[in-house]
Amino acid sequence: MSEPVIKCENVYKIFGANAEKMLKDSNGNVDAKTFQENGCIVGVNNASFEVSKGEMLVVMGLSGSGKSTLLRCISRLTDATGGKIFIEGQDLLQLNNKDLIDLRRNKMGMVFQSFALLPHKTVVENIAFPLQIKGVKTEDSISKAMDMVKLVGLDGRENYFPRELSGGQQQRVGIARSLAVEPDIWFLDEPFSALDPLIRKEMQDEFLRLQEKLQKTIMFITHDFDEALKLADRIAIMKDGIIEQLDTPANIVLNPATEYVRKFTEEVPREKVLLIADVMDKTKDNLSDLKVSKDEIIENVAEKILTQEKSVAVVDNNNNIIGSINPAKIINTVFGGRKNNN
Amino acid sequence: MEFFKKYPKTFQWLFLLVVFFALCFAIEVPETYKFIRGQAEFVKDPNQSSYVFLGKEVRYYAFDVFWRLPPLLGWLPIWINDSLFFLMNEWMPIEVWNEDTQEFKSRPLVLQISRNITAFMTFLIQLIREVLLGGLETIVAFSSWDWIDKNPWAELPGLPWTIVAAGATLLAYKLSGKGLALFAGLTMVYISIFGQWKPSMQTLSFILVAAPLSFIFGLGLGIAAFKSKRVEKALYPILLVMQTMPQYAVLVPALVLFGVGDHAAVIITMVVAVPPMILLTILGLRAVPPEVIEAGRMSGCNNFQLMFKVLIPTARRDILIGVNQVIMVCFSMAVISAFIGAKGLGFNLLLALNQLNIGLALEAGLCISLIAILLDKMSLAWANKQEDYFGNLTFFQRNKNLLFFAATVVIGLILAYVGTFLFKGTFNYLFEIPHNKGISTADFWNKGVDWIFETFFVYIKAFNTWLIQEVLQPMRALYLRMPAIATIVLVVGAGYLIGGVRSALVVCALTLFIAFSPWWDRALVTAYMATFGVIVSCIIGFTVGTLCFQNKQSAKFMLGVCDIFQTFPSFVYLIPVMMLFGITDTSVLIAVIVYATIPATRYTIEGLRSVPAGLHDAATMSGVNKFQRLTKIEFPLAFPHMMLGINQTIVFALFMVIIGAFIGTEDLGQYILKALSDKKGAGIGLTLGICVAFIALIFDNLIRAYVQKRKKHLGID
Repeated sequence: MSEPVIKCENVYKIFGANAEKMLKDSNGNVDAKTFQENGCIVGVNNASFEVSKGEMLVVMGLSGSGKSTLLRCISRLTDATGGKIFIEGQDLLQLNNKDLIDLRRNKMGMVFQSFALLPHKTVVENIAFPLQIKGVKTEDSISKAMDMVKLVGLDGRENYFPRELSGGQQQRVGIARSLAVEPDIWFLDEPFSALDPLIRKEMQDEFLRLQEKLQKTIMFITHDFDEALKLADRIAIMKDGIIEQLDTPANIVLNPATEYVRKFTEEVPREKVLLIADVMDKTKDNLSDLKVSKDEIIENVAEKILTQEKSVAVVDNNNNIIGSINPAKIINTVFGGRKNNN
Repeated sequence: MEFFKKYPKTFQWLFLLVVFFALCFAIEVPETYKFIRGQAEFVKDPNQSSYVFLGKEVRYYAFDVFWRLPPLLGWLPIWINDSLFFLMNEWMPIEVWNEDTQEFKSRPLVLQISRNITAFMTFLIQLIREVLLGGLETIVAFSSWDWIDKNPWAELPGLPWTIVAAGATLLAYKLSGKGLALFAGLTMVYISIFGQWKPSMQTLSFILVAAPLSFIFGLGLGIAAFKSKRVEKALYPILLVMQTMPQYAVLVPALVLFGVGDHAAVIITMVVAVPPMILLTILGLRAVPPEVIEAGRMSGCNNFQLMFKVLIPTARRDILIGVNQVIMVCFSMAVISAFIGAKGLGFNLLLALNQLNIGLALEAGLCISLIAILLDKMSLAWANKQEDYFGNLTFFQRNKNLLFFAATVVIGLILAYVGTFLFKGTFNYLFEIPHNKGISTADFWNKGVDWIFETFFVYIKAFNTWLIQEVLQPMRALYLRMPAIATIVLVVGAGYLIGGVRSALVVCALTLFIAFSPWWDRALVTAYMATFGVIVSCIIGFTVGTLCFQNKQSAKFMLGVCDIFQTFPSFVYLIPVMMLFGITDTSVLIAVIVYATIPATRYTIEGLRSVPAGLHDAATMSGVNKFQRLTKIEFPLAFPHMMLGINQTIVFALFMVIIGAFIGTEDLGQYILKALSDKKGAGIGLTLGICVAFIALIFDNLIRAYVQKRKKHLGID
């Protein structure tokens, strides 16, 4: 397996005057309460994880859970108090200012909750901004920015100012700007939280379409569990700076690690989250003619399966039968097993 | 008793007032007391007491300490003076190479530095001035007098006014469009035709040096203060005092350090114009949302790019207000610095006012105001300018303004050349219309003033007499009747009740400084004039502001009017009132009122505007009528912001009171004016300035403390 793009080892972020000394004294055993009594606030507590190439890791947590702080440590907008962060094998915390700027100019892009557009620049100037900072000629940067404008579907509005756009449009500009330098790593800090529900759904779909095309390595922050389930390859659920569970959406729904995580999963419609592969049986006998892919979400194929009397074959990408699923199982997943599964 | 428990504050205030009045009545006016018996003047009078401190002898009239405190700080101005003298003439002599005599000469360090700055400033001013008006000193600076004697062709003839006017019009067009271009063109033509060209260009050259330098210094220091807490802490008290110090007061020390002339004027202007620029820069940079900064960092900005491509443009709004202030101060100083020999419109204005030639003063004042408005609008347009990347422009389209300018240069030169034939034996009107050879409306205005005087003399006189005898004199007497101790108790008590111990201590220190200075009586007179002005201004300002707020259009219009009025140099306000009321306290007070009404009106409208729309709707749905909404919802919520307006009103009023000394009032300003012509005036001028600044700061402190408390109480921040 290739090297992970992002790798965190025991990352801590503690705010306060004596943060570093206190962290050293605690031997990695950070208790938020004792720290708070000493005037320190724990932002991130012992976070370790890896994100591999092309993967989308969604960090989910309520406000104050430290998710944004974690992201800012990894983009080094703030310096982590302890631990190690590697970006493509490079030790991020050891980089000097110049290398850090180079890294940001070429490898990283970030989208912000409040859009953070420059108010004095038009749409196209905003998008061209990271390129111009890098030193790309004005003409080239503008033409590249125009491509981005088209990519996010803002053609015709390139000369508008941010204040003249709706929230959704502004965030499209934010997305386009973060993609202008063609970064490998894409940070999104609650990009859709400030948008109203309809626009949010539209933007999520748009985002998935983009990711399909671009295959970036993504860290996506959200406080919306449904959004996390919809987008994520893996989800990290944070509470009080600690990562409570880091797993695939299906596993989180099926096997919540803590009581806190379970609360989130309770109301989740399973058929929208679980894949056929998550619930299929290994038996391959007595199948009907219908075949479903193992990567389908249950909701999409449930109706088809329920029309069958026998079990339905489950196939992998190469059309080999790897298991089966019977209608009863579907009914059980959708309506029944919610309580007794846990 | 129930009442007092319910309103403890009211009780405390009542108690304070009772103590104050008790003190006032308990302390008799000493028999020997006469208003302003030259405590600071060094008349030898056997009745005077004296003491010696730091080797300086201070003479004063001793009174009961409860009535007037002895001038324990009387040595300060003398000491400042001597220190300045020592710095300039004796401290740290260094060897300097003298070009003319070809030998080393010993000269004090500070003097040398001031000479160098002077030379630099003079060069800059001369450069612009000679481009506009012609001259040879710039060329001489690069060559020598001998060279110019041999090559008389090199003498710059200056640009014909037609070219400058066309250039200004084109620049305005490029920056903003037809409207501003029209305004620029008309302004320039007006200036030229009315024979104000030369002084206007002299003023302009002064401004074009002072304004950019002030902007750069202000922005630079603002950035430094934004980046380092320590710098900010060091700067802040200086800024506070500088912001409230009357511009007059800075003149005198600058006179000592830099001598007389345009260069000194530029330096003083910078001293006055930089503080607001710094404050607004810090304010603007602070207000940039953190996510925008992060976005800049993630775009790969280094520190420099982050500052100049992200932070400053995002903070543009506040920084532009700073630029506006800089320009405003520059024009204001363009007039005031005429006292120390700056040439230009300001000098003409002062001269005309001195000769009571209202018509001439009006013309000069109008020119200054027009140029001020023009430059203000141009700088705004420049900062808001956008680039068009997509227009597929031809060479001609892209450079049309340059081409047009080149064409006007050619046409202007030809016209000027033709002019030499047309106006043989007289002035070449197509090159430059000499001063006072243009059209003048001065006679018209003077006749008008005479007419007004003749026709309305009785009424004006009656009003004047009534105001002075029935309102101003009694008010003045009341202020002077206050024993020093009672005043201090009142002010400190108010400080304690409003802002707590801290506020009380600050206010106490400020008041004591004034009380221990030799000018307590004068300070009281200043305070009385300012108080009268502020009260009337606030009444007018609040009323006008509230009325204008009832309608969006009128509110916008009124803010625009405030903008324009604010751009007028403060001296200009004296012209119309002198037309009507001549040289009296009434004139000054009316100028004060007009000038100070601007911030009162502006802040009222802005304060009312800042009331959230949701509350508006909520109030309407509760069934309030317009009047109830105003008194129950809008006023209470807008009040903190309106109080800041009062703050500004006080500063504006004090400035104008001090400037009013020019037409003869008896306050601190008169002494500052006197100090200007005094060889030893620097220390006196500076100390007086600090006194005035402290008066303003006392009110500033009280009002700010109150506003903060109130805002916290209302939960708006």
